[in-house]
Amino acid sequence: MKFSLTWLKDHLETTATVAEICDALNAIGLEVEGVEDPAEKLSGFRVAHVLTAARHPDADKLQVLTVDTGEGDPLQVVCGAPNARAGMKGVLGLPGAVVPANGMVLKKSAIRGVESNGMMCSVRELELGEDHDGIIELPEDAPVGSDFASYHGASPVIEVAVTPNRPDCMGVYGIARDLAAKGLGTMKPVAMPSFAAEGACPVEIRTDDPEGCPAFYGRVIKGVKNGPSPDWLQQRLKSAGQRPISLLVDLTNYLMLGYGRPAHVYDLAKLQGAVVARRAKDGEEVLALNEKTYTLDSGMVVIADDVQVHDIAGIMGGEHSGVQDDTTDVLLEIAYFDPARIGATGRKLGLSSDARTRFERGVDPEFLDQGLDLLTGLIVELAGGTASEVVRAGSPPSDAKVIAFDPGLTARLGGVEVPEDEQKRILESLGFTVSADWQVTCPLRRHDIEGPADLVEEVVRIHGLDMVASVALPRVEGVARPTATPQQKLERGLRRAAAASGLNEAVTWSFLPTWAAEHFASDQPLWVLANPISEDMKAMRPSLLPGLLMAAKRNADRGAAASRLFEIGRRYFRGQDGLSDEKPTLGIVLAGEKTPRGWQSGKAQGFDAYDAKALALQLLEAAGAPVANLMVMGEAGAQFHPGQSATLRLGPKTVLARFGMVHPATLKAFDADGPIAAVELFLDAIPPKKNAAFARAGFTPPALQAVTRDFAFLVPSALAAGDLARALQGADKASITGVRVFDVFAGQGVPEGHKSIAIEVTLQPGESSFKDAELKAIAEKVVAAAAKLGGSLRG
Amino acid sequence: MTDITSQTEAALAAIAAADSLDALETQRLDTLGKKGWVSLALKTLGGMSPEERTAAAPAIQSARASIAEALETKKAALEAAALEQQLARERIDLTLPAQVAPKGSVHPVSQVMDELAEIFADLGFAVATGPEIEDDWHNFTALNMDETHPARAMHDTFYFPDKTGECREILLRTHTSPVQIRAMLDQGAPIRIIAPGRVYRSDSDATHTPMFHQVEGLVIDRDIHLGHLKWTLETFFKAFFEREDITLRLRPSYFPFTEPSVEVDVGYSTEGGRRVVGGRGDAPGHAWMELGGSGMVNARVLEFAGLDPAEWQGFAFGLGIDRIAMLKYGMNDLRAFFDGDPRWLAHYGFSPFDQPTLSAGVGARA
Repeated sequence: MKFSLTWLKDHLETTATVAEICDALNAIGLEVEGVEDPAEKLSGFRVAHVLTAARHPDADKLQVLTVDTGEGDPLQVVCGAPNARAGMKGVLGLPGAVVPANGMVLKKSAIRGVESNGMMCSVRELELGEDHDGIIELPEDAPVGSDFASYHGASPVIEVAVTPNRPDCMGVYGIARDLAAKGLGTMKPVAMPSFAAEGACPVEIRTDDPEGCPAFYGRVIKGVKNGPSPDWLQQRLKSAGQRPISLLVDLTNYLMLGYGRPAHVYDLAKLQGAVVARRAKDGEEVLALNEKTYTLDSGMVVIADDVQVHDIAGIMGGEHSGVQDDTTDVLLEIAYFDPARIGATGRKLGLSSDARTRFERGVDPEFLDQGLDLLTGLIVELAGGTASEVVRAGSPPSDAKVIAFDPGLTARLGGVEVPEDEQKRILESLGFTVSADWQVTCPLRRHDIEGPADLVEEVVRIHGLDMVASVALPRVEGVARPTATPQQKLERGLRRAAAASGLNEAVTWSFLPTWAAEHFASDQPLWVLANPISEDMKAMRPSLLPGLLMAAKRNADRGAAASRLFEIGRRYFRGQDGLSDEKPTLGIVLAGEKTPRGWQSGKAQGFDAYDAKALALQLLEAAGAPVANLMVMGEAGAQFHPGQSATLRLGPKTVLARFGMVHPATLKAFDADGPIAAVELFLDAIPPKKNAAFARAGFTPPALQAVTRDFAFLVPSALAAGDLARALQGADKASITGVRVFDVFAGQGVPEGHKSIAIEVTLQPGESSFKDAELKAIAEKVVAAAAKLGGSLRG
Repeated sequence: MTDITSQTEAALAAIAAADSLDALETQRLDTLGKKGWVSLALKTLGGMSPEERTAAAPAIQSARASIAEALETKKAALEAAALEQQLARERIDLTLPAQVAPKGSVHPVSQVMDELAEIFADLGFAVATGPEIEDDWHNFTALNMDETHPARAMHDTFYFPDKTGECREILLRTHTSPVQIRAMLDQGAPIRIIAPGRVYRSDSDATHTPMFHQVEGLVIDRDIHLGHLKWTLETFFKAFFEREDITLRLRPSYFPFTEPSVEVDVGYSTEGGRRVVGGRGDAPGHAWMELGGSGMVNARVLEFAGLDPAEWQGFAFGLGIDRIAMLKYGMNDLRAFFDGDPRWLAHYGFSPFDQPTLSAGVGARA
């Protein structure tokens, strides 16, 4: 909503400055989005008196004027306007002034060899209208030397954001009423132009859809003369950002912008028979005033005559019966439409308009007669003609809401004590009526008021939110209690553990291109948006890796030597009952150089699957998972290198993580250069810590030193080293506390189809040191355990 | 006698002249070794009569002692010299670069979420979560946004073509407010929660991304009013920005889920092209900036969430996490948050050891 200060002052008697008005508007919930002062644009332009005018010595079409600016000697100005002449008064732009229309800075100059000290301006140059035939001619009594802006009555324009619950403030009058309640001035009575209504309305008016159009009032005015609007009207509409069109159109816009009341004027000559509010027929068409044709359906209300639809009710008039310059007889329509139906119609047609905005939010049901009279009076006054009596079909809603209000609620909910008489004053100044026992009757225009909380809001916003004192929330005794859930603690700990491992945390989009999501879907059904913002953001991610891979690719394209990225976020799957199942996950992508070429390390080295494994285990340990009990098993998924990836499982079914090298086909699909290693930790699968107590299990370091024994076994090539180590670990549980593979070798000296695995076994004595016989027995068990897996001690 | 004396002197001279440990060892073998002349001389003492022994022993013993001491001293000197030479050889160029361990970082959004959790934990708020793929009942209906609410339009909200078992529309949550509803339905009242997380709107330009982060706050109890809301927001922002001059301006506004509804502005100034919060927005060189929406929870919302509005009341607020992160830590491009560029992450990210704590200040200074 934009309006000029002048317009506001039509309704509000006030001495407040623009700044004070803006502060008040913000304070009462009408957010000021901007203030524009046209006087600023017109600074440097003065009312001037042309004393003499003589032909330019070197140019036929130019004149040399001497101009009195009210101070100092008259200035010499060269002017090309045909209407410039001695004795006239006009507007002079002084050197330094900026011409509003084109941004030109005026300066002293020579035009065809004659000095010119400014410019006499046209209407168009000052952006006051389209006229450019000559310079502005001001009346005789214009005070020479005065600032043109103040002479012209340029008024600051205020733009406010009206929240959708306040259609009553979608007119200047309503804004004035709120400001008056705030104490910024007093309301002026509406100036109702008088006119005499003669005779019954010659047009039959009906509403055949009392639900969609409960009330339809009309009146005919005959013998009007359409044309341009007077200056006061044009100025007001322009301040609101509306282009003046013609008197009849401008007056309906004036009623809408000034009073929040849309109305419509039909050219009576284009109507045939009764004018009726009814449901549209399915497929019925109308050419609207925006020159587009709309196809309607039976859910929409229209105004139609015997022949055709003339108006998409409450949204936009029809081109056919719109008023023209030569229109002489008109039918005025002022109606009340069901807000929900207007909204639904507008959305369905994709058609917005100032009228729709007001109707769908709810206009004032009590302002039909008054609005119609106001519009009629203005038309008769400015365009002439004879008005008929009003004809009314139906009636607008008239049941006022009555709320039993406890004024104590203002303090209990609003947190501010407002004396009861002040509460009453505020409510009454907004049009509520308050009975002695606090039954509050709401004005019908306030569709937003539903209950006591709304009245508290009215009282508090007018009284001032700044009057609400801050009150501390009650707090528990002592220090604050911990609030984080185990899941939250897990994520927080993992995040910092991952960052401490040298990884950069990224946040990538939850949605992916469908191909990327499908590549990682592993046959799980995806969530795919019906209305994505682009094809690249369409399917919800089933894995964190695609987003990280795409980031790593972008980074490589930008010349990054390495990307070590992780992200903690959700993967989106299908859950019970059509709902989603969102799984907390940690993803890691390691791309590029693990170590750059170096004087110590030699060539640059990429990441390998063991880097991924190390991170997976390290982070799982940080997450409290029983890392020692995990099994490394195959099947990390089709996106991984089949021979260089695995899962970490707790038991055969619970997969805590997958890791390894990304499959070359995946790299190709993502157009990324490999090798790239990746890890995914499935946080929901990590079992919560069992022992929740602070105290640890008792422990004293053993008194006797552990001893180590090395074994080298020849085993079949296919045997996993982990299986051998696990077997050895179990060979003598009482004594063997550690098993570590320290060498793996195949080739010369090792039979074909075999490899040699060297393992260091740590033995921890209990009460007394091992005797040779005991050590020998343990060694035999170790060798036997290896033998079960096809291993033989290497000689 | 003279024999031993002259032999000893010769040996001592040879020891002194030894220029290597090997040469010294030769001397030792020649003297104190098994077949060295001192050892042999000592052995002769065994075959002597006591008188002869008493006469001969002191000289031999003395020779042995002086030679042993000389050997020891010389050995230490030679070893010291050898070590010195070895160390000289081991000199390295320490201006050569050492291996650099990669430095990880925590994303600003996570860091700020941790800060939020820390501050609000002190005020008694727990952190609640909810699904991002929501149904329209939780996201709209229960928040008093009826079927015709404009925010439901396809151009604002991302929808899935699916329906829930209860035939509700499925969408990406447009705000964290549905977590309010879920938390109230799950836990009832009284309740104090914040709910940070990802939210989605069909919006993409220089300052909007289709995914961003919000934090929701909710307090429901028997006697919570607007003054508590004001205090909570003021207290939070003072703690978050670690400035006592934070000034909030509350403006009446409209949200379907709150009544009264309040928009929250904070005063700021512009220093070196950056917005710096603090001071009143109407002070010279200052302005107000919108931070978020809030208000007293609408009675209808309480009813939808299974609470009796006659018994319970409270407030809710919503803030943009990315936005307050940018304000605090000086980023100016929201899109970069979601790019995964290690240069940006290293610059704007946080050390893992910047864990926010109240005692150290929740913020991490540059």
